[in-house]
Amino acid sequence: MKKTNDFVIRFANVNGTGSASANFLFAKSVFRMGIPISAKNIFPSNIQGLPTWYEVRVSEKGYLGRRSGIDLMVAVNPQSLEKDIASVKEGGVLLYDCTKPLYEHYLRPDIRFIGIPLMKLCNEAYTDPRQRQLFKNIIYVGALAELLGIEFNVLEDLLAEQFAGKEKLIPYNVQALQMGVDYVRENNLNIALNVERRDLIGDKILMEGNAACALGAIYGGATMAAWYPITPSTSVAQAFESYAEQLRIDPVTGQKKFAVLQAEDELAAMGMVIGAGWNGARSFTATSGPGVSLMNEFIGLSYFAEIPAVLIDVQRTGPSTGMPTRTQQSDLTEVAYASHGDTKHPVLIPSNPKECFEMTALSFDLAERLQTLVVVLIDLDLGMNDHVSEPLKWDDSRTYDRGKVLSADDLDRLEKWGRYLDVDGDGIPYRTLPGTHPQKGGYFTRGTSRDEYAKYTEDGKEYKKNMDRLLVKWETTKTLMPSAELYQSAYQSDTGLLFFGTTAYAATEAMERLEAEGGQLDAIRIKSFPFGPEVEDFIRQHKQIFVIEQNRDAQMRSLLINELDTNPAKLIPILNYDGMPITAANIVNLIQAHQPITS
Amino acid sequence: MSFQRPLFRHPNLPKNELGFAKADYEGTLSTLCAGCGHDSISAAIVQACYELNVEPHRVAKLSGIGCSSKTPTYFLGNSHGFNSVHGRMPSVATGASMANRTLKYIGVSGDGDSASIGMGQFVHVIRRNLNMVYIVMNNGCYGLTKGQDSATADVGSKSKAGSINPFQPIDLASMAIELGATFVAQSFSGDKRQLVPLIKAAMDHRGFAFINVISPCVTFNNNVGSTKSYDYVRDHIEATATIDFVPHAEEITAQYDPGTETEITLHDGSLLHLKKLANDWDPMDRISAASAMQKARSKGQILTGLLYINEDAKNLHETIESVPSPLNQLDETDLCPGSAVLDDLMMSLR
Repeated sequence: MKKTNDFVIRFANVNGTGSASANFLFAKSVFRMGIPISAKNIFPSNIQGLPTWYEVRVSEKGYLGRRSGIDLMVAVNPQSLEKDIASVKEGGVLLYDCTKPLYEHYLRPDIRFIGIPLMKLCNEAYTDPRQRQLFKNIIYVGALAELLGIEFNVLEDLLAEQFAGKEKLIPYNVQALQMGVDYVRENNLNIALNVERRDLIGDKILMEGNAACALGAIYGGATMAAWYPITPSTSVAQAFESYAEQLRIDPVTGQKKFAVLQAEDELAAMGMVIGAGWNGARSFTATSGPGVSLMNEFIGLSYFAEIPAVLIDVQRTGPSTGMPTRTQQSDLTEVAYASHGDTKHPVLIPSNPKECFEMTALSFDLAERLQTLVVVLIDLDLGMNDHVSEPLKWDDSRTYDRGKVLSADDLDRLEKWGRYLDVDGDGIPYRTLPGTHPQKGGYFTRGTSRDEYAKYTEDGKEYKKNMDRLLVKWETTKTLMPSAELYQSAYQSDTGLLFFGTTAYAATEAMERLEAEGGQLDAIRIKSFPFGPEVEDFIRQHKQIFVIEQNRDAQMRSLLINELDTNPAKLIPILNYDGMPITAANIVNLIQAHQPITS
Repeated sequence: MSFQRPLFRHPNLPKNELGFAKADYEGTLSTLCAGCGHDSISAAIVQACYELNVEPHRVAKLSGIGCSSKTPTYFLGNSHGFNSVHGRMPSVATGASMANRTLKYIGVSGDGDSASIGMGQFVHVIRRNLNMVYIVMNNGCYGLTKGQDSATADVGSKSKAGSINPFQPIDLASMAIELGATFVAQSFSGDKRQLVPLIKAAMDHRGFAFINVISPCVTFNNNVGSTKSYDYVRDHIEATATIDFVPHAEEITAQYDPGTETEITLHDGSLLHLKKLANDWDPMDRISAASAMQKARSKGQILTGLLYINEDAKNLHETIESVPSPLNQLDETDLCPGSAVLDDLMMSLR
């Protein structure tokens, strides 16, 4: 009995050996055959020589979360071989390089071993050591294609696209693929897993969240990016720069309609963003938890001096240096309340690349409208892994909301203007940009207390009035944030699931499984902070809510209790914080352990 | 608190070419201690901007935290100001300049703000050659927290409380030269004749212009034994040259002696006329500037005046090749590639 389009394959490689592109070739070929996949890079904080894994879940049912239990292991790293063999699911298959025999004690009776002499084949075919290393990866992709039934021309097409401009490399790669195919055929190898063409992808794309955020910044009109390298956010700034080099060059002069600055540290990166925001340019930085820690002082300035800024936080496993190349949702309370004194910040929480794009573009409108820092909060899983997503779309009639900025004419018309005066009752004052008017609108921006006319003051009444106005602005913020997604048109249960970000993949799968066992559940996905009325209503309407998140301290639960005055007993934490993306099985087990859900 | 100056102006006050009186370049009344060196520097900035015919709204003034960083409130009251975070003014100024390269940026900092907490940002803004004037009001102590030694206090300098500073000082001007600053000057708050033309030249310089101004703290560091007191500084300064700034529009009438005198043409055509006092020193030669400073220091002297200038280096905007128009004025047409481009990009991800 063959398992069709429903299995997990893991590649165990040595990092720095070119395995990433070969493994992606495999993943994309399954995607091209119309079947949903979910790919996870499990990589070390290292450049060369350490074990790295790539996991692909093939799921005809469209489950895009990680699933534990490896059906097929491609083990080409002797360093991790023993562990890799041990991690294969009972009844699974291990494909290994049989150039050298396996140690007896590695063998397991409950899994199948399929040996392909990868090193031997390479040594016979190639003389150049780098080629021997690179093509070994392509050979096993060819072997897998033959074993699983992946169409060879799909792989050929992908190689042609990959090497566009370097066409002479294509035949070598095709030849290596064919070597793998031939070996499987000649030795009559077969396994009980296969890939069959389906039409389940439609116009969907395969994209990393970081690149989608970068494109969102391009479309959202960001002109200044300041950043400091830190995994897993580095590729946001790099992708922004590379898209900008394509899309933001003056066609006549070749000059750039953007500025990207690699700062000396995260403090400076945020300082640059705030300087540019103060001066009316849409600007952003991308970082991860440790960087946010360093930016805290400036974040308070943005809040108190009311300066637009955008911060994209790609979360990794903390605290401290933690596990820099593993995922987590543990910066939530950090970004929500970043900095000293009474501060809070709008946070957008995308779940997929399409939302990364949309919410990043939106973040610039919100930052300028609200004159404050807006956070786009994603994680390593979303940022650095390829996700199947609805295509990104842009409405050409859309214009940017530049917020309440006074022109020279406005200033001439106004009798009196106060930088921190709440004219409209929404808590948002009018601002002016340097250089606007020769006599009017100049003011002093500061992190110290000031009155409504931007004059320095230590008068407690003036200070309090300003802090209270910021709360009015916070209420306005709530009306502008994207609403949570509800997974039902009417509530059907007194039990709910609540989750956000990448947890959505596993949580929706867990929900299906729990419901298949006869239970009935409602679900909500939080997309932003502060919470909208729909979140309050969901909590009110359910007796118990499982709050599923990827951190130890149940940070979303804390925010809900803190912001909505929710009875803590109603909110049951379901947590995963081992650095690996949460799985549906994990969620089901934890929920069942708490309370069996049956009809 | 800040105290507003009276708005009344005498109708016959002299005006500059733009029709502004000097008072139009002033800010609110200073709340610094009476006799503070910083107030003299503020006055020099006012004088320089008045004489240079600067449009006040085309200048943005930025600072960090400390007594020095309070001064932007006391000059250029019609300009936008930004009193940012301790030691972080350079990054804010960098972002501001990226957003609008057409404004002039004056950054004011102190020795605590630049030589300690902000050292990282100080050195990196120099490396990038940001187009700005960067003035350090250097008094060797933390005035606003009541007189602790700063990192520019000289070894052996005595504080008001009587303790002797045991640590080596950081020489910001030497450091700026070493890091590739394209305009480096040093002056004394009590020497307005030198300071005003230096500020004017710095404002016309296209690139990073650094002026380290020794500015005594009358309250906490003006005692006998302090090397940053008025008396000590007056006794120990030695100027590289006398300096005259000749704006590009003005006719040159004076006769100069080509032997000891040098003229430097700034980018906008203005001239700096220097009558050299120091030997073996060429303001366009980094090595001779660094060596003149070392020599002065070994003799216990403070070398003032223009130390080094390079009018040919690329500033940050030129280095990153950004468009000449301000980035903050670009709109959707310039910035948004549109749906057709996005749809094409999506094709490549399928």
